[in-house]
Amino acid sequence: MTTHTETHLTESGLARPEIRPTGLVRQSLAIVRRNLIHIKRMPEMLMDVTVQPVMFVLLFAYVFGGSIAVNGSPAGYREWLMAGIMGQTIAFASFVVAVGLTADLEKGIVDRMRSLPIRPSAVLVGRSISSLLHSSIGIVVMSLTGLVVGWRIRNGVLDALLAYGLLLLWGFAMIWVGILVGSAMRSVEAVNGLMFTTMFPITFLANTFAPTEHMVPWLRTIAEWNPISSLVQAVRQLWGNAEPAPAHAALPLHHPVLTTVIWTLAITAVMAPLAVRTFNRRTQQ
Amino acid sequence: MSSPAIEADRLVKHFGETVAVSDVSFAVAEGTVLGLLGPNGAGKTTTVRMMTTLTRPTSGTARVAGHDVLRQPDLVRRSMGLTGQAATVDELLTGRENLRFIGSLYGLSSSYVRRAGADLLERFSLADAADRVVKTYSGGMRRRLDLAVSLIATPPVLFLDEPTTGLDPRSRVELWQVLRGLVRDGTTLLLTTQYLEEADQLADRIVVIDRGQVIAEGTALELKDRSGTASLVLTVSRAADLPLARSLLAQHVSELHVDEAARQLTAPAEGLHDMTRVAAVFEGSEIELDDLGLKRPSLDDVFLSLTGHRAEPLSDDEPTEARAS
Repeated sequence: MTTHTETHLTESGLARPEIRPTGLVRQSLAIVRRNLIHIKRMPEMLMDVTVQPVMFVLLFAYVFGGSIAVNGSPAGYREWLMAGIMGQTIAFASFVVAVGLTADLEKGIVDRMRSLPIRPSAVLVGRSISSLLHSSIGIVVMSLTGLVVGWRIRNGVLDALLAYGLLLLWGFAMIWVGILVGSAMRSVEAVNGLMFTTMFPITFLANTFAPTEHMVPWLRTIAEWNPISSLVQAVRQLWGNAEPAPAHAALPLHHPVLTTVIWTLAITAVMAPLAVRTFNRRTQQ
Repeated sequence: MSSPAIEADRLVKHFGETVAVSDVSFAVAEGTVLGLLGPNGAGKTTTVRMMTTLTRPTSGTARVAGHDVLRQPDLVRRSMGLTGQAATVDELLTGRENLRFIGSLYGLSSSYVRRAGADLLERFSLADAADRVVKTYSGGMRRRLDLAVSLIATPPVLFLDEPTTGLDPRSRVELWQVLRGLVRDGTTLLLTTQYLEEADQLADRIVVIDRGQVIAEGTALELKDRSGTASLVLTVSRAADLPLARSLLAQHVSELHVDEAARQLTAPAEGLHDMTRVAAVFEGSEIELDDLGLKRPSLDDVFLSLTGHRAEPLSDDEPTEARAS
């Protein structure tokens, strides 16, 4: 039954509004808008992508900066560090998705949305877009902080954009990890606990904050094969903040852009079906 | 109307080895209220979740406003509103923003949502708090907003899962008023409750479920009749009079129960004429009475006689005065 007026009377006499079929995009945007209101009401939600990375930039740049020597970075460690911190921040997009999703699941908001005439995927798409926006704010804040401490983009515009594009692509892969963790965990506290104890070591066990050359061999192998190292190496090279990896570095670092794309596709291919299955299982109980 | 507004058709739901709902069927006529009554864990919420497309039944199906939950879930979602067990409103949004959020997900035009939202806020006495963040709302206000949000698209069918659990008695009575208004306007209501009084107050028909199965169905009156006769309760003023009162009464009734602590005598009774007869007996005696009354079985008693256990809500923070006594 379709209606062309805004309201019509049912047989029972209730005036009912027209329910227009809307698409996934509009539904997801409605959810994004609601999530952005959250940020407006609780700006401290953005601390993880503002205060925390800026603090990291400053701490690492000034505390360790003097004692860590890096190659190919005109402004030294401070400049070299920026891609590492951005890689870590975008990896934490998974954290943002997981916390938001678990909170909505816990409070029954997901059920409420699923009881409405919307595409079930809008719940996840809306959450993912807002988390990417959230993390993008962090990337912007850090770029500005970087400019202040001496970081510069030294290559062309296209290379620079490609680097930002890789960061977003990485964020996209991380979203699936977040949906998986968010659907599997029963409380925001549990998400926090799990993500802190996994994401911190994973993002540190890489070339993010210190060059891998001086690590003991077994650790160095792990660090150089760590997917996040490919991302950070790619971004560094594209921005002209580092030289290509030395000949004795592991294979992924010699083709960092390609490896990053492969890693993100692989992570998505494994995580997305798992995440969707876990989400469906959780919500359909 | 010929076809029911809500129909559960042999619904079954297993979670692994656990059978949450083993066989539930019922129908709700348009414009009426069905109370789904049962203790915690009886399968009420799972039944509602299957009927509102949130959970897929293991077998069986349900129809809402004529649409099948398995084959036409989208049409079902357009025809119903759901107010879940916990008030599922967004705490960081204002009341108005909550309405706008859900309205836009329904695909309603923003001008419509603005108007209908303002009406609902007015109707549910939330107009003053409309632009306050929901975090500052009281429990009763959240429940009313939750209901308002479910009504933004004026669904002909409304599911309410324990709508008054956790509310103080006053908010509960207020919410009942709101629900009665909706039914007057033609909405079909299905509400689950652990409170017998709530079912008694609101529901045209009651379906009692226990351990995932329908164990009784009917109007509150029919269910009460089913659990047998009323009883006559007599309270004497002085405990010393109890033996005498007992022997006097024993000549007129077939069965007698004495509660010494309460100074109470209870006997089965057919109706009011039994009471007047007994009143006349004591009228001529020396025994002073505190009270003489006819006690009809409450739904609580009905539940007890149907299931062998009481329909007590398990949580102990619930107000008890709202239960039928």
